[in-house]
Formats: sequence, structure tokens, C-alpha cells
Amino acid sequence: MAADDATRRKDDMWNSYDTGSRVGVMAQTIGYPSEGADIHAYHATPLESGDLRPGIVLVHHQPGWDEFYREVAERLARHGYEVIAPDLYCRAGHATPDDVAAKVRGQGGVSDDQAIADLAAARTWLLDRSSSNGKVAIMGSCSGARQAVLTASRVPGFDAVVDLWGGAVVAAAGDLNDKRPVAPIDYTADLHSPLLGIFGNEDLSPSPEQVDIHEAELTRLGKEYEFYRYDGAGHGFIYYHTPRYRPEQAMDAWEKVWAFLERRLSSGSSEKRD
Amino acid sequence: VCTHITTTAAIDGSGKGGASWFPVKEVSVGYDHATQGVNEHALLVDFVNYDIGLGARLALELDLDSGRALVAALQKVIATAEAAGLR
Repeated sequence: MAADDATRRKDDMWNSYDTGSRVGVMAQTIGYPSEGADIHAYHATPLESGDLRPGIVLVHHQPGWDEFYREVAERLARHGYEVIAPDLYCRAGHATPDDVAAKVRGQGGVSDDQAIADLAAARTWLLDRSSSNGKVAIMGSCSGARQAVLTASRVPGFDAVVDLWGGAVVAAAGDLNDKRPVAPIDYTADLHSPLLGIFGNEDLSPSPEQVDIHEAELTRLGKEYEFYRYDGAGHGFIYYHTPRYRPEQAMDAWEKVWAFLERRLSSGSSEKRD
Repeated sequence: VCTHITTTAAIDGSGKGGASWFPVKEVSVGYDHATQGVNEHALLVDFVNYDIGLGARLALELDLDSGRALVAALQKVIATAEAAGLR
């Protein structure tokens, strides 16, 4: 991406609102049911306007259900989406996000079956909202992107998937175990949701070579996808709270996300449900 | 967990977190995304006691060279202490 492209932005959605418009977001921690457990989630939604709106299941990254993800949820809500961001580490207990993430890391992570169940239940929770337009995407970064791709492949009905540098979508046999028995790429035939992939070319996980393998499989199976790869960017380049933040690449990537979500989620039901 | 590189070991000792000491029962060692520092990945070393709570944790994030230096230092001191019959 050239710097001029990053600064021109004549068609950007960033700063595209009318200053006379009224905007509001409600965000809070809620609980929702999944397999008999009460799972904590961060729920962010535009203030009641009477309009039906699409939903997004937002999947946090390996460092945990952290403040960055709360802010992403609020950002998505400001753009008109109803967001549920489940705490996939909820069953491990509660403390600061990095303390909880350390415990889960020591346990070898959350099992794929558990994550899929909790994320599928989150989708159901969104669809049950009277404000739902019937469309739901799933979006995540890092391990959350892997879980998003996996869930959309195993659970029918998601309308879009956003994969922000998902690691281990491509995995060698030796990297599989009881908790992660199948690499997400091996479910590609079952993926029926359009996929947006955002990657940094300096990332080590996923490496550009792994992204190539994933893209080749999507192409081979005729799947609908769009991948964007950024030079000068590594893992987590939209994480503005880290030294890995790359502002030009991050802002361009956000534009890709907004455009993709708009195309895939805006044509749901217009009738408000009881 | 993007790299999935992790292992744990039962240990017996004490650690100091904040102003107080607590008994440590387990060490978890991983190599995954760093939460601090500029490197994408780091050795993540956590001395914990989950009988007390998730906050009973001493955390280190080290690059690989630092991890090797730590291991070498531990082995040197352990060997010296055992050679002196101080076990």
C-alpha cells in the first residue's frame, strides 16, 4: 500500500458522518447461556433507534478478553452493529485479563469444541434480539480469528467472517492435539460464509507462506474471499496499545473491514420483530 | 493461543508479588505473543498458585537469549550448590 493511498482516503468511512447527526452507544457486560454456563460477554450496541441492525460475534485474541476488545466492540457499535464479545476464558475464572490468559495458556488454551459452542450460542443470542436484521458476522484477531474461521466452517449460518491475522489456520500434524484436533483449513469445504482476511507480511504466525496455503485452498474450493496483505506490518498491526501498531496499514485495513461488513450484512430484514 | 507452545511443571517454592510472598506450586512456560515489549513473541514464564487465585502470579516475559541465560545461570548455581553438598 502506498502512503498516498493511506492519506487520500476520499472514499473512507472514517470521519464520514455528518456532525449534525446524533449518535450513542450502550455497552456493558452481560451474561448469556452456553452449554449450561453463564458466559460473560461485552455487549455493545447503538442506542435504540427503531432500525434493525446486523450483529457481530467478536472473538478476542490470545492475550485475553481485554480492554482493546471492549474498545473494538464499542467502535463497531458506533458504526451501527450490535456486538457481542464473549469471554472465551470465562470458565477459567476471573482476574485481570493477563492473569486469566496466563492460566488458560498453561492449560493449553480453550478447546475448539468449547470455543465453537460458546460462539455459536453468541450468534443465537444476537439473532434472538428484536433489533436483529437476521444477519450475523463473526470477527476476531490472532487466536480469535482462527476460532472465527473454524466456527463459521463448523456452524452454518454466519453471513460473513473477518479473519485478522489468524494464527494456526494452517497447522502441521504435529501441532494438532486433543483440544485442537483439526486445522481450520481442513474445514474449508464446509465454509459457506464470505471471508475477509487481513494480514501483515512480517507476521510469523500466520506467515505469508501459510496465508498463501490458505488462499490456495479457498481458491481450489471456489470459496468467496478477499485477502489483503500489508508490507511493513507484522502481527497485530492494528493494536494501537502496542509497539506493533502501524497507523497507515491499520487505517486502510479498517476501511476494508467497514466496506466488507457493509456489503455482507446490510441487506437483512427491515421489519422489526416482536 | 497462536503458537500453542506451552508446558507446565509442578514446583515448590515461594514468590513475591507486590508487597507479599506467597507459596508457588506451578510454573507455566510458553512461547507466544508478548503482552509487553516490542517483540512479537516472548518466553512467557508464570509462577502461580491457583489454590490462592488467578492473581497469585509472578510473570516474566523474556526473549530467547535471555531465557538461555536464565537457564545457564540456574544450572550453574544448582551444580555449584550440589557440589558443595548444600542440597
